[in-house]
Amino acid sequence: MSRDSPPSPAPQWLIRVAVLLTVVLGVNYVVWRWLFSVNWNAWWIAVPLVVAETYSIIDALLFGTTVWKVKRRGEAPPPPPDATVDVFVTTYNEPLDLVQRTALAARDIHHPHRTWILDDGSRTELHDWAEAHGIGWIRRSEDWVDRPRHAKAGNINNALMQTEGEFLLILDADQVPAPEILDKTLGWFTDPEVALVQTPQYFVNVPRSDPLGSQAPLFYGPIQQGKDGWNAAFFCGSNAVLRREALMQLGVSRYAQEVETAVRRALKTSDAVLANARDDLDPDDHRLRAAIDEVAAEVRHARAELDAGAALADVTYGFQQRIDAVTDRLVAEDLTALRADLEVIAGLEGAIAEESSPLAVLDEVALDRVTRREWSPLGALETVKALISAVDMSRDDEAQPVMPLATISVTEDMATAMRMHAMGWRSVYHHEVLAHGLAPEDLGSMLTQRLRWAQGTMQVMFRENPLFVKGLSVPQRLMYFSTMWSYLSGFAAVVYVTAPVVYLCFGVLPVQSLSSEFFARLIPFLVVNQLMFLVVGKGVPTWRGQQYSLVLFPTWIKSVTSAFGNVFLGRHLDFSVTPKERPVTDGPQWHLVKPQLIVIGALVVAVALGMVRLAVGQADPLGVWANVAWVLFDLLIFSVVIQAVLYRGPDPEPDPQEHPQEGSTP
Amino acid sequence: MSDFEVTVTDEGVGVVRPLDRLTMVSAKRFSGHVADLIGGGTSRIVVDLSRTGFVDSSGLGALIAGLKSARQAGGDLRLAAPSEQVTTILSLTNLDKVLRPRDSVESAF
Repeated sequence: MSRDSPPSPAPQWLIRVAVLLTVVLGVNYVVWRWLFSVNWNAWWIAVPLVVAETYSIIDALLFGTTVWKVKRRGEAPPPPPDATVDVFVTTYNEPLDLVQRTALAARDIHHPHRTWILDDGSRTELHDWAEAHGIGWIRRSEDWVDRPRHAKAGNINNALMQTEGEFLLILDADQVPAPEILDKTLGWFTDPEVALVQTPQYFVNVPRSDPLGSQAPLFYGPIQQGKDGWNAAFFCGSNAVLRREALMQLGVSRYAQEVETAVRRALKTSDAVLANARDDLDPDDHRLRAAIDEVAAEVRHARAELDAGAALADVTYGFQQRIDAVTDRLVAEDLTALRADLEVIAGLEGAIAEESSPLAVLDEVALDRVTRREWSPLGALETVKALISAVDMSRDDEAQPVMPLATISVTEDMATAMRMHAMGWRSVYHHEVLAHGLAPEDLGSMLTQRLRWAQGTMQVMFRENPLFVKGLSVPQRLMYFSTMWSYLSGFAAVVYVTAPVVYLCFGVLPVQSLSSEFFARLIPFLVVNQLMFLVVGKGVPTWRGQQYSLVLFPTWIKSVTSAFGNVFLGRHLDFSVTPKERPVTDGPQWHLVKPQLIVIGALVVAVALGMVRLAVGQADPLGVWANVAWVLFDLLIFSVVIQAVLYRGPDPEPDPQEHPQEGSTP
Repeated sequence: MSDFEVTVTDEGVGVVRPLDRLTMVSAKRFSGHVADLIGGGTSRIVVDLSRTGFVDSSGLGALIAGLKSARQAGGDLRLAAPSEQVTTILSLTNLDKVLRPRDSVESAF
């Protein structure tokens, strides 16, 4: 491992003391703020500030809840005997050498297993290479053509149907596994209720200073260990082992639920659909009009059966059979008419040999169900056709009826784990780096990646809010909600930079007064809150994470608004896959951080203006100095964007003997 | 090894009878039998579970996939005579609500 062995973590009692102090002082401060210190005359800045502060304190409380039960597991028991494992290396468009390096390392994992490249790019070169190296290659089946692909979740769901291992190790194309990864993790599955073992994501191409904030030592450490303590360790998409039975159970029960919802929805909207279809008809088309009436009668019949408690499969089967009868009759009528026409033609033309008659050909046509439906005049009515196919068990709008990995979000992992927890499965966070990954090496890719994660999290928050999901325990709800809550920090960040600028430039104070009481309540909270971080994150660098949670405010805000638009307004998410290569364009990409640069400019100007106002005796010295201190803290936070923009990726050949070692030696 | 029995009744109904277990290990073979039946023109299929001691979620997944193929061919796939374990897993996944098993192969169609 490339990291020095970390110092021993803080004892649990010390963490709990820090949490309790933070809770008490935080609540004490924020209650006082709301009740006694909001400057209602300047409500337009005062209210946003107190809301932002409340947000931050709730965030601290959720963090405190998370680390209250940090679970340090140590080594797993030995793997269950005869465990069968499929190792999935997922790829879409990553460079071949990257995929191949990971696939070879995956093949060389010690524990018996089969290795598969899940190639969403369906690349022939990769197929040939895999075959030559004894590695399986899976691409999407034909069922996925012209149907939603669901990105990585779809890729894995497709592979699940073509493999049969009891356990699945999932690896991103750039996560090179250690040979002992399965030996060290499978043992947790001796508990039959465990569905997931997640290991950390650690990146080798990141310098110690980590200018892009790629490492997440607080998350892959105290936070995951804390969630684990509440049986809510998250699935993070890669470097995790899953139990097939849990995934399939999830898929099957979702199928049962969704097929029923879809049929009921189709039946519910059918009146409007059929009425529209009827309106669009030629007024003289009595035959089709009558057919639509028959469909409407069948819909009513099906609805009544369902309401009477008949099973969905039986109701839809009966419905389809009766619709087929209607279709058959219409087609037969058409054929009769056609035959009559042909006879007339034949009569006119006189002598045509009997055996070559089109009539004979016509009778030979084997009408299977599909062509029958296509030939039917009803089939020409697209909306009616869609309605009929929706009242069935096949989920024809999806590539496969059973979708084990959740497809409600661009990041499939969180929703999947949450559903597994809701079904009563357990998860494990195994705190040991067992795969070495590559982080984005430039600002643009990093921003795209963070936006994607945040959007995925927000989609889940809007679509399946953990506070309302049935089957989760209260702490599990809080653990999921906590992560979602933390992505709302963008709005608070805007307030935290605006408030001091407003004061320094215009003298508007969002609090009633900067009394000693204000400082007496605020300072102790700030101190213990930082102490809590220090204690919890003992020995791991947490400063980068703190910086980026505020600095990336445009990304976080965009994730919330775009996910909202996607979930509630049906807009496109502008989803893009994180590029793993450096872009061609060279030089610092200042335009990517324009909002942050504007903030830095505004903060600097505000300090200057504040000083001027102080010099001419227009401002209160205490107010100015307090706000200047605040601005300096903001500037310190925001300084990371300068570093990030100037970062040119890791040195091409930094320490030559370190990298090969990590991939090849145990 | 033959862990499935496949027959076609006089009425033209295909009967697939998993002997012992229908799990992630045997699900693919099961799907193969269903595909063969449908390919041969038999799209009304009963899965006789009377001799099936154990079905896991992958087995259920294969049943659902079979149902889809049968429906697309204009037929149906029905379950008959599930054991207690199978009834339990059907209700655990709520599949029993949408796919109600029949008492016997004879009464399935």
